[in-house]
Amino acid sequence: MRLGFTPEEELFRAECADWLNGQMAGEFRDIRGITKLTAAPERRKEWEQRLGEARWSCIGWPEQWGGRGASLAQQVIFAEEYARAGVPGRVNHIGIELAGPTILTFGTDEQKRRFLPDIAAGKTIFCQGFSEPNAGSDLASVRTKGRLEGGQWVVNGQKIWTSLAHISDWIFVVTRTEEGSQGPKGLTFLMMPLDQPGIEVRGITQINGDAEFNETFFTDATCPADSLIGAVGDGWRIAMGLLAFERGVSTLGQQMGFRNELDEIIAAARANGAAKNPLIRQRIAQAEIGLRLMRYGALRMLSNTDHSKIDGAALTYKIQWATWRRNLGELAMDVLGQAGELTEGADYEWGVLPNLFLYSRADTIYGGTNQIQRNLIAERGLGMPREPRGQA
Amino acid sequence: MHFAFTDEQAMIAETVRGFFAESATSQATRAAMAADGLDRATWAALGSELGLAGIAIPEAHGGAGLGMVEFAILAEAAGAQVAALPLLGLAMAGRALERGGTAEQQAEWLPQLASGAVIAAVAGADSVTEADGGLTGSFAFVPHGALADVFILGAGDRAWLVRAGAPGLTVTSHTTMDQTRPYATLALAGTPAARLADGSAALAGAREAGWICLAAEALGGAQAALDRTVAYARERVQFGRPIGSFQAYKHRLADMMIEIEQARSAVYWAACALDEGSDEAALALHAAKCFAADTFFMCAGNMIQLHGGIGFTWEHDAHLYFKRARAIQTMLGSGEWHREAVAKMILGEAA
Repeated sequence: MRLGFTPEEELFRAECADWLNGQMAGEFRDIRGITKLTAAPERRKEWEQRLGEARWSCIGWPEQWGGRGASLAQQVIFAEEYARAGVPGRVNHIGIELAGPTILTFGTDEQKRRFLPDIAAGKTIFCQGFSEPNAGSDLASVRTKGRLEGGQWVVNGQKIWTSLAHISDWIFVVTRTEEGSQGPKGLTFLMMPLDQPGIEVRGITQINGDAEFNETFFTDATCPADSLIGAVGDGWRIAMGLLAFERGVSTLGQQMGFRNELDEIIAAARANGAAKNPLIRQRIAQAEIGLRLMRYGALRMLSNTDHSKIDGAALTYKIQWATWRRNLGELAMDVLGQAGELTEGADYEWGVLPNLFLYSRADTIYGGTNQIQRNLIAERGLGMPREPRGQA
Repeated sequence: MHFAFTDEQAMIAETVRGFFAESATSQATRAAMAADGLDRATWAALGSELGLAGIAIPEAHGGAGLGMVEFAILAEAAGAQVAALPLLGLAMAGRALERGGTAEQQAEWLPQLASGAVIAAVAGADSVTEADGGLTGSFAFVPHGALADVFILGAGDRAWLVRAGAPGLTVTSHTTMDQTRPYATLALAGTPAARLADGSAALAGAREAGWICLAAEALGGAQAALDRTVAYARERVQFGRPIGSFQAYKHRLADMMIEIEQARSAVYWAACALDEGSDEAALALHAAKCFAADTFFMCAGNMIQLHGGIGFTWEHDAHLYFKRARAIQTMLGSGEWHREAVAKMILGEAA
């Protein structure tokens, strides 16, 4: 057990920080500090490309595909320095963290050649087509249909909560390709270009007034016959494999974003005197402790090489951070007081902390609600009987 | 950076888990509770057969020379069995002597601590008077104080070593809610007391080791509370179903696991940060102590609730965990105190 980094790793840290700080002080200074995922999309696509050119886009990938084959420690360091430099979140998060690793693991050589270099270069932005109006927590009940016809896939149906679909190039879609199949059987994982007449993307305005999520409608949308990952009917296995990548190193970058939010709260509490309130002090300390434990939980999960047993740190990670962040949003408003309920300008546009308060209500819902997480923990982690399934 | 046990650490964990499960049985612990709060057979075996009482004591003084991570592994396994052992005094006195004892004190006492030949207790007082090598004052809430052969006592930045049976020393044992770690009160009246060479280093070391010990015990206790409740949830049937199939029940088990996983990160983060001399160590220790203690209490409370009536009986072990958890929450600083210490680090003083 060792927490410290080696001198070589510290050198690597300095290299990361130099490059990132240079970019944020230079050509990309206009996007430094942006927290909203929907802000300045064109500039952020350019940023994705800059990362790709300099081979900082996906350092954990093999060199062959645009990565650096970076060690775990190096990936941890890069994620930390990335957020420390105030670099905004990746608009191609889904491509880098989910689509890419899925193609690397389950794709054919041809698919790797077709997609991975462009994802790494920031030229192909991916979004995720999993949820449907009637398949939220119960993902296996998707109804969007896919059929092979005239040498291509034809897709009909609707996806929802497709984050950033309006600025993406490709979408991966879980479709029901076996007529009459139910649940996890008969599903196929397809990759489709978004720019086509059969696909329509409509924004969903959220409680914070922003529209990061979308409804995506498929009406005889098409993609070539070889656009599937894995085999026909293999979609559930691929989708579950993909979700496992969500708990990777990117969680550490996400945590650095949380660090920035907590620091804003601390600054606000100092400025308005809330930092003298003993109850607020307790809650800030608790938030600080929770954030540190999240980091060490993630490091435990990443350091774990024994995959024969259920990894408790990994299994509990989603509900842990989601709940922590929702509490953080409430703490933010208690620190701000009524001032937190006023926008700065005339538009319904929120600063970081009120936005955190509103947005964090989504954290305990998307990617598996807290209730579903507890089921999963009790069933997979503790071996309790599964919830009974109703008849479809 | 590798935040996982080494092969050697994993082996120690397996060994001590097996040892405590076999030796510190419910029966042995209950016998100790009914007597003076010491499971003598387990204590003797830990020192001699297993040779692990000195796990964190330097090799030069007869110990194994390992670190706080390894000590935490030991304390976690002991905590899982709510073993009635003076581990806290061992951890605190060992560290105090190592950090601040004179060479003679180290040479005399560390080997005896490492072999389990002596029992130590550590306590602090707000004020004492010292005159002509004699100490006068009183020390309350001394864990396993009635059994100790040697005391490390602190006040302010001064620390002393006092031998049991020294003239003017009166030890009063108390019937204590957690009978696996009974408290005593020490009254000293001009009692011979030998100064440690560096009192503040000794006391700081004692506190650090104490926080690790309690946090690790709490982690082990919390995990055991969950494991035993999970086993019960499988076998107990009501309404024609195992009670573990009810979602209200499952979700409480899940909540326990969520906290325990964080407590596990906290304990080993703190122990490792301490071993590495990281500048995060101070924050980590406060975090580990309060988080693990609260986790243990939450899990032990749930253990009673989720067992229903049987969990409220003397016969069932749930109350051993519950009482140990309550005691740990207060010992060496309440949760509020530790969180305020963290708040000071990030916000400065309140007033």
